[in-house]
Parts: sequence; structure tokens; C-alpha cells
Amino acid sequence: MADLLKAEGAIIDPTDETGEGVRRRDFINIAAVSFAGVGGIAVLVPLISQMSASADVLAESSTEIDISAIASGQAIKTVFRKQPVFVRNLTQKEIAEADAVNPSTLRDPQTLEERTKKGKTNWLITMGVCTHLGCVPLGAGQGEVKGEFGGYFCPCHGSVYDTAARIRKGPAPKNLEVPPYEFTSDTVVKIG
Amino acid sequence: MSFPWANHYKPSHPLMVWLDEKLPLPRFVYNAIGAGYPCPRNLNYFWNFGVLAGFCLMLQIVTGVILAMHYAANSGLAFDSVEHIMRDVNWGWMLRYAHANGASAFFVVVYIHIFRGFFYSSYKAPREMIWLLGVVIFLLMMATAFMGYVLPWGQMSFWGAKVITGLFSAIPFVGEPLQQWLLGGFSPDNAALNRFFSLHFLLPFVIAAVIILHIWALHIPGSSNPTGVEVKSESDTVPFHPYYTAKDGFGLGVFLVLYCAVLFFFPNALGHPDNYIPANPMSTPAHIVPEWYFWPFYAILRAFTSDFLFIPAKLMGVLAMFSAILVWFFLPWLDTSPVRSGHYRPLFRKFFWLLFIDVVVLGFCGGSPAETKYVLISQIAATYYFLHFLVILPIVSSIEKPQPLPFSITEAVLGTDEAAA
Repeated sequence: MADLLKAEGAIIDPTDETGEGVRRRDFINIAAVSFAGVGGIAVLVPLISQMSASADVLAESSTEIDISAIASGQAIKTVFRKQPVFVRNLTQKEIAEADAVNPSTLRDPQTLEERTKKGKTNWLITMGVCTHLGCVPLGAGQGEVKGEFGGYFCPCHGSVYDTAARIRKGPAPKNLEVPPYEFTSDTVVKIG
Repeated sequence: MSFPWANHYKPSHPLMVWLDEKLPLPRFVYNAIGAGYPCPRNLNYFWNFGVLAGFCLMLQIVTGVILAMHYAANSGLAFDSVEHIMRDVNWGWMLRYAHANGASAFFVVVYIHIFRGFFYSSYKAPREMIWLLGVVIFLLMMATAFMGYVLPWGQMSFWGAKVITGLFSAIPFVGEPLQQWLLGGFSPDNAALNRFFSLHFLLPFVIAAVIILHIWALHIPGSSNPTGVEVKSESDTVPFHPYYTAKDGFGLGVFLVLYCAVLFFFPNALGHPDNYIPANPMSTPAHIVPEWYFWPFYAILRAFTSDFLFIPAKLMGVLAMFSAILVWFFLPWLDTSPVRSGHYRPLFRKFFWLLFIDVVVLGFCGGSPAETKYVLISQIAATYYFLHFLVILPIVSSIEKPQPLPFSITEAVLGTDEAAA
């Protein structure tokens, strides 16, 4: 029988142990296990993907804020994606302090210009989320400690941010994140 | 395995004979923790803590399953449902305090169990696998405890979850998406609370399964003992039951007295008052601390305040914190001394106590605010911690001249081997 099949070219001699050629049984074995393996891995996609942010969480993504009541030197906390946002009206002195720093000396080099909108340098809008481990830094609320660089101070692990909310000292690696936003009018900001 | 002189299971009642043929479960128990398991005759009270840890796991599973009957894993309801347990559910206050303090008791017991392992070098061949499985159990315990602490959805729960998941954002490139994937959102919320509850319920059973492997691996070489000398003859052993069931029973009694004293008289001593404030994503508590059992590792996390080589400070802290436990996996190969017990290793013994003090110092710093002096002490203590495992232990193993070992366990106990005959 084997000789007959071999003669017809259907299979290579199953008793051939030289390792040359492909045995039909090996081919079926590898093909079946590979197919089942790929299928098994494909099942992981929904199992892993279900953990990511769901549609309703992603949908809560824009906030409008009236900034007309924020006087120079004041700041408010608001919410974007269930996280705090600081909207701060910088004084001329604070702007000057931020501009006086040479950006190349910073851990995360950025100028105040780059972190604000053109012609609105006094409006510093950042996430109120420390880039170290996510605590809410102090400094936006009335009477809170602003830290030695006059910006924000994170009480958890002692990160200090300056008046442009740039990291100056402590374990945080980055400046406070600037969320995407635009001025829809002179007094209204849309975040997200 | 068992020694050749181990007692054999002989069912006498016809029902037990019948059962033994169909499903030899009583035989299994007899050989595992009964008269069929010969143990070294010289085990001291430090050998109680394995059984105590098993008891704590059972305590946590029983109280935890009950609490889950009254708890609501929803960010809008969780805090109130915990207060409902405390005030309205019959005996709810006791069950919740038993569970919260049970976690602390579990860690106390397991830390003693681990330090017993350090002192008597329980990790050495042929018991490496027992040790490796033990480290896996400890990692699972830490994950379980962390997720359990999030469930009451108080201020410390919320900010603990934020800070600990924030650790993952330190990983280059995939960090931020990974953190969002873990939380199911941009910051801890309903999705995170729900999955933590699900996993907090699951993991104790995974721990139970790994404990079975841990005990299985233990039964192959048999228990170690305070001399570190292997069992040589029958006179070196006594059957587990009744000798060690009785000794463990006494130890359990002492443990329960201490546990109940905390449970009934100081139930909040180990908790944090801020966790009785409902979670508020807009306001961080002034002083975030994890539960006491994470303090030494938290201190190592905070010890890195400036960039190290090319690695940012934040990532470095995270790597160091995980390495502090992962280094235990290499312990059987870092300590190359052929002598096991610290009793016969004068130099090793000194460094063992230094390590103990070092971990206590780290723990103290981890529980203190992030002020310069505590950070500085943490940095020194964290450096010493890694030096101990990676440098001191291998050097001590090679230069130390151990004291003479007794010929056998029997000789160590009775003076001469003949006395046993």
C-alpha cells in the first residue's frame, strides 16, 4: 500500500526516518495545531480589549468653562475626563518669572509661549494631575501652598512646578500636561 | 515523599476501607498533615507560621465571601455599602473589622514566615522550589491586598489606586496606555472598582492553589529544621500528628488571642482615618500612605528623586520597588554557603539582623511624609537592602568560617545520638 502511494507521489514513505521530505501526517499535525493556536490567540483580543476605556468613558471628553470671573492671580479647578484641570490667570510678575528661565536648563524644556495660546499667555490651562504618580498638586485653590517656584506643589512626593506649571524639582518627570483646548470667545474656553 | 519509617494509613472502619478504594482522600490527608508525615523533632515555634498563614487565608476567604454578600462594587454605592455593613448588617462591624485586621495579621504572619526562611536559609537546595512558590504567593498577596483596600472607595482607597496604577505609567512607550487599560479610564472610577472587586474575589483562590503547590514541593524533601542538618534516621523525626498538630494548635491559640485583642479593642489602629472620607477625585489627601505592610517597598519607591544614568527617576523608583521582591527569586543562588542555619553562621547572623533593622527603618520611612530627612534615610536604607542581597550575601558565603554542625538532629537535641536508642 505504502509503495503504491509512494509511486503515485501522494506521500513520502512514512517509514522514512532520514528527515528529508515532509510526511503527510506531520503536515496535518502542524497545520491543525497552528490553526487552533491562531484561533486561541484571536480569542484573547476581546478578553484583553474589554479592559480598555469603554465608549461612555471616552464620550465624557469636552468641557466648557466661563473664565470671566477669574481675576489676575487667581485660579480655578474644573473637571475634564473626571480629572482636575487648573485654569489660572497669571499676573505680569508670574509671566515674567516664567520667561526669565532658560528652557534648556529644565527637565522638560518648554517656554510659557509654547504652553499657552497666542496672545493669551496669561491663561495657563493644565491638567491638575502630577506627572509623577497622579496626585492633585496644591496651588490652584485659595490659600494653598504654591511651592518655592510660585506655581504648584504636589504634597505626595514633593514635586514642585513653576508659574508655567513646568517641573522644577522632585520626582515628576514632565511638566503638567496641557489638555487640548480652544477659546470659543474671549470669556469661554472649551477643553477637549 | 516520605521517609521509609513513616506510618502507613490503615483504615479500620469498613466505610473508610471502601472510601480508600474509591477516593483515597483520607489517606492523602493522613500522609500530608497527619501521622504519616514524619517531621524533624526539633522544630521551634517559628515553624508555626506556615500553618498560621494558611489559617489567615481561610479567615480572609470566609469573612470576604460574607462581606461580598453585602457590598456593592459601584463607585456611587461602594462607600455607603461599607457603612451599611458597619452599621446595619448584623455583626457586619465585626466581620469587616475581622477582614481588615485579618489582612494585617496575614502579613505579620507571612513576614515572620519569610524572615524565618532568611535566617534558616530555607531557600537552599533541595528546597528552592518551595521558596520560589512562596515568593509567588507573596506577590499575589500584595496584589490582592492592594485591590481589597480600594474597595471601600474612601480617600485612601482612591488615591492609593491612582498612585499604584500610576506606577505603570512610568514604563517607557506603553506606560500611559497600559495604565488606562488597567483602570478602564483616565483615572480610577467605576470600571476600575468593578474589576478590582472581581480580581480581589478571584486571587485568594489562586493563592490557595499555589499554596497547594508550595506544600506539595515541601513534602518532597520534607521540612527543614533549626539546625539545617538533614534528617538521617527515624530518631530525628516525630509524626506530624499528634506532635505538630498540637504545637500548631497552641500557636494558633496564642495568635488568636493577639488577633482578637486588636480586632475588639483597636480595630482602627492599623487603618487610616482618611479612608472614612468618601473618595474625592478633586482633592488629594495631604499625606498618602499605603497600608503598613507596603511601607518598606513604598520607601524604596520614593527613594529615587533624581534621574539615574539614562533612566528617569520615576521609572527607577518603580524598577527598584519591584526588584526589591524579585531579588528574592535569586536568593537560592546568591547565598552559596553549604550551611543552612544561621545558628552556625556567625557572620551571616550579624548581617541577617542588619537586614531586619534595615527593613524596619525602610518601613518607618515609608509610613512618614515625603520630607527630605526621611527620603535621605530611605535612600541609604534602600541601597543597603540591595547591597545585602547582591553583594554582602555572596561575599559572606565565600569568606565565612561556619561553626561545627551537630552530627544529627538527635545529637543536637539530646547530646548524643545513642541517647535516642
